[in-house]
Amino acid sequence: MIAIENATLTFNAGTPNENRIFENFNLTVPKGDFVTIIGSNGAGKSTLFNLLAGTVPPDSGRIVLNGRDVTKAPEYARAKTIGRIFQDPLAGTASNMSLEDNMMVCLKKGFKGLRIGLNRARRQFFREQLRFLDMGLEDRLKDNVGLLSGGQRQALTLLMMVLSKPELVLLDEHTAALDPRNAEIVLSLTTHFVKEYGLTTMMVTHNMQQAINLGNRLLMMDAGEVVLDISGEEKKNLTVEKLVAMFSEVRNKTFTSDEALLSR
Amino acid sequence: MIEGIFVEGLIYGIMALGVFFTFRILDFPDLTVDGSFPLGAVIMAMAIQKGICLSVGILLAFSGGVAAGAVTAVIHNKLKVPHLLAGILTMTMLYSVNIRILGNRANLPLMRKETLLTKATALTQGTLSETWTLLLFFVLVVLVIKVLMDLFFHTDMGLTFGAMGGNTQMVISQGVNPATYKVIGVGLSNGLVALSGAFAAQYQGFADVNLGQGIVVSGLASVMLGEFLIRSNRISMLTLRVVIGAIFYKAIMFLGRYYGYTIHLTPNDLKLVSGVLIIGALVVTQMKKPAKGAK
Repeated sequence: MIAIENATLTFNAGTPNENRIFENFNLTVPKGDFVTIIGSNGAGKSTLFNLLAGTVPPDSGRIVLNGRDVTKAPEYARAKTIGRIFQDPLAGTASNMSLEDNMMVCLKKGFKGLRIGLNRARRQFFREQLRFLDMGLEDRLKDNVGLLSGGQRQALTLLMMVLSKPELVLLDEHTAALDPRNAEIVLSLTTHFVKEYGLTTMMVTHNMQQAINLGNRLLMMDAGEVVLDISGEEKKNLTVEKLVAMFSEVRNKTFTSDEALLSR
Repeated sequence: MIEGIFVEGLIYGIMALGVFFTFRILDFPDLTVDGSFPLGAVIMAMAIQKGICLSVGILLAFSGGVAAGAVTAVIHNKLKVPHLLAGILTMTMLYSVNIRILGNRANLPLMRKETLLTKATALTQGTLSETWTLLLFFVLVVLVIKVLMDLFFHTDMGLTFGAMGGNTQMVISQGVNPATYKVIGVGLSNGLVALSGAFAAQYQGFADVNLGQGIVVSGLASVMLGEFLIRSNRISMLTLRVVIGAIFYKAIMFLGRYYGYTIHLTPNDLKLVSGVLIIGALVVTQMKKPAKGAK
């Protein structure tokens, strides 16, 4: 279970640019949940991920990951149990290295010693895993990752992340920078992996329809607060129109993200 | 003369391999090199002077370099100082340290002392001339270092180094602390540089605290020259081309020293030549890149 307890975070505190992102923010995500998160720009979605991943420490409050208090743990230490995928498809792989080398680096998390781990058995394992992506990557183990398309790289990042069996998966608009066809492929791979491995997943998206279709719980964020938390039957019967109506009801203002409304 | 170029090229090739590690793989432009090269030289010279076992001397020189590099990396990590400044700090401090090691002297001649090189030439006396023995000796030394380095970059740690230079975020996401890796990487790199300095001192027959002046630039020039000569992405080729680049660089410097007078070049101009060489290499790489927006 993942819990954020009473987290407060202010950027540029004490300056004219002071920007309070979260105030006494609370959120719990039970193990195995697949949460989609939606909200307009500046709602705090990415900062929420930064808090969980350890990129930004909270000013006060606690972050608990499966019973361990990780509030003070640096990003690299938390990364051992958190798999995060960024919007930029280039962020999760090293362009200057071959596919197999990339997979080797990602195979096991934590400090890497002086063992030559890349052997025939590993290559065979990588090939089998890559075959599942159905992108022809299984025959390109020696190719530089820089030669792959954005979609291929994001699919590869996803696969490598899953192989490390994380306790929490953070997907930060991971299909937003891809063309529609590749976004579709990466998304269906995502849902497949989440289901097959029972991954606890949080996914930020700008696409409301996507947020409604995927996962078992939907969070809508606004100005550093979770304003809507919908799950179960209610989520199954949700439509974009209902969601927008619910938003204006609780916030007394209209949902003003054209991008979210237009991209269905 | 040609053997001399090769021998010097090979000795400095070890240093260039170190520079290649930091500049190209770690993406950590490290200026400690200017101090760790003479550090290796003075440690080795002092070991010879004191009659310490030569292999121990080599080991001490290497460890000294590792420590110097680690200091730079720690300054950079802990004090959040840019890598260039961290390197300059260590380099400057090493100048005094090197004089201390030499016993408050700026140089130490190694005349008629037994070195690894005199041992090697004694071994082949009668069968091979001295210059060819030295050449063979350094070919072997560099080959061993190169092969070890290639192996290193095939280990899980080596691969992580490869990923780190291009994409630090990826390495962090794999639960690896980049700070630790920087200490190891910059340390190993400077270990190689100090090793090169130790061999240079034995070859030249003296150690001098000023040996390292501008050595980073010559190392970088070697790396860049190598990149022109061989295009590849395999690590074994990358390390090979660094060594070849170092030999070419030495050849150019030799030409400048011996035939430079025809165009009124003096040995004092060689540093200028090195700099121009690097600038030239940068200009050519810029031109080779397709212009932005062009199809």
